[in-house]
Amino acid sequence: MSSRAAVEKKLFTIRYRADRGSHITLADPARCMSCERPCLLFCPAAVYQWEDDHMRIAYENCLECGTCRIACPSGNVVWRYPTGGTGIAYKRG
Amino acid sequence: MSGERFDAVVVGAGPAGAAAAYTMASQGLSVVMLERGEFPGAKNMFGGVLYRHALEALIGEAWKESGLPVERVVTEQRYWLLGPESVVSIGHRHARFMDPPNAWTAFRARFDPWLAGKAKAAGALPVYQTTAIDLLRDPATGRVTGVLVDRDEGELYADVVVIADGVNSLLREKLGIPRWKPHQVSLAVKEVLALPREKIEDRFNLEGNEGVTIEFLGATSRGLTGLGFLYTNKETLSLGIGVMVDDLLRRPIAPYELLESVKQHPMLHKLLHGAETVEYSAHMIPEGAWHAVPQLAGDGWVLCGDAAGLVNFVNREGSNLAMLSGQMAGEVIVEARRAGDLSAQRLMAYDRRVRRSVIGQDLRKIRRLPAMLHRWGGERLFDHLVGAINEAAYRYFLVDGTPKRQAEAEALRHVVRAAGGWRGTMRLAWDALRGVRG
Ligand SMILES: Cc1cc2nc3c(=O)[nH]c(=O)nc-3n(C[C@H](O)[C@H](O)[C@H](O)COP(=O)(O)OP(=O)(O)OC[C@H]3O[C@@H](n4cnc5c(N)ncnc54)[C@H](O)[C@@H]3O)c2cc1C
Ligand code: SF4
Ligand code: SF4
Repeated sequence: MSSRAAVEKKLFTIRYRADRGSHITLADPARCMSCERPCLLFCPAAVYQWEDDHMRIAYENCLECGTCRIACPSGNVVWRYPTGGTGIAYKRG
Repeated sequence: MSGERFDAVVVGAGPAGAAAAYTMASQGLSVVMLERGEFPGAKNMFGGVLYRHALEALIGEAWKESGLPVERVVTEQRYWLLGPESVVSIGHRHARFMDPPNAWTAFRARFDPWLAGKAKAAGALPVYQTTAIDLLRDPATGRVTGVLVDRDEGELYADVVVIADGVNSLLREKLGIPRWKPHQVSLAVKEVLALPREKIEDRFNLEGNEGVTIEFLGATSRGLTGLGFLYTNKETLSLGIGVMVDDLLRRPIAPYELLESVKQHPMLHKLLHGAETVEYSAHMIPEGAWHAVPQLAGDGWVLCGDAAGLVNFVNREGSNLAMLSGQMAGEVIVEARRAGDLSAQRLMAYDRRVRRSVIGQDLRKIRRLPAMLHRWGGERLFDHLVGAINEAAYRYFLVDGTPKRQAEAEALRHVVRAAGGWRGTMRLAWDALRGVRG
């Protein structure tokens, strides 16, 4: 199984309530062009996906762990919480 | 809700926030408890060990009433040093851990609502599905006077704001406290795996509601600085691994792949096979210990739990320290109000209390450990050294006609070589001892 498929299967186990819009944006999308893009790997939900020449942010899958805020080397991630009541809801945790 | 005034606004209904709200509401203060999740615990996960002591310090014997949502009583704790296909283990089982329970395994989405319910029953006003997005301040003095929430006209005013919003505390940054650095936090991923109760009891040698915890390190973290855990629940297992975020940047690997490879380790596979994933989750853990703890109180605010970095990662204690700190914050606020003095100076009594308490003592004790782990590096410690310890054990136990004196010397050589010769071994031993002894 490809790693993308593997994580997608895992993400199916979590319940989400989608927010109206993305709670994650990039301060300067151009910065990702010249970055080694560690976020493609370290994000535990594979939210960051590189598509040819730009970053796609699948915010609906975000586990709200906050790592990308801390780990993006150029501080490019503008991150807030999804609106109260939306986002992930664990059944066990 | 808008414009209403409370004695205290608590941001976050995790163990820290619920404890603070419970303490203050029990003493008659008007308290509002905010939680951004659909319900308390919806956004939270942890490894799963919940300690009785802090719970009892907070609510007394009330935990005994039926309905405390826990899984198993932890009666056995094991540490595993893993080589690629081997393990060196130490463990302790004691019947006395059963009654009264020293610790349970638990789930946050069940425990947090229960504890928050205690705060509500004591009189706190819960407001869920609501995120505090900013602090309100007195323009003249800069004093924190409340919070702005993400609902229409959402201003809530209070004498004190209890900031208990967890490791991703955005509010603490609004106070000017710097954001965590990648070397101060780890990222953990976890899966809950369903397995029939009889299989769990069989494989882990358990009777009734006895439970086991296993913390493991070594080959499973693939050269990163990391720690894994496997805990028994009633009809599920909690399996997770955490790695330092700066390591993850140095040697990128997808956390879910790391977790998959952990499951394949022969020693873990024996316990896990046939189990089905029922939930995947991820969260950060603040691991900076003492040196990363900021000032804990100021003009109109106090900081509790993970938001303040109050986690003892060596002994996987966090939820208990969160409850203790929340309770201490609540007590200081109650005292300050009785004295009619809610100045920053007075609230700083909370900072002093935490530092003098078991929280401060334990975090100070391990203050050198983060730097030590950093200096030696995950590859040397977790891969080479733990691997060598396994090789040494193999050599030690192997009977192949080699005289014992020679076999023991060979075993020792494995470890010394991995630590960088005798000089390295001495230095490592000294560093490690200072790291854990303080
Ligand atoms: C993988 C892992 C394993 C762990 N294992 C253990 C263990 O076995 N035993 C143990 O004792 N500890 C363990 N811990 C640590 C423990 O979980 C934490 O230390 C503890 O939960 C901290 O409690 P808290 O109340 O400070 O923060 P949290 O539990 O994070 O609670 C903060 C709450 O605030 C809410 N919130 C955040 N921002 C806002 C906002 N702006 N407005 C409204 N609400 C907000 C969040 O939704 C959340 O409910 C583990 C942690 C992890 C990640
Ligand atoms: S790490 Fe940051 S800058 Fe680099 S690609 Fe990812 S978001 Fe862009
Ligand atoms: S918060 Fe965590 S899960 Fe969400 S995008 Fe960032 S790294 Fe991925």
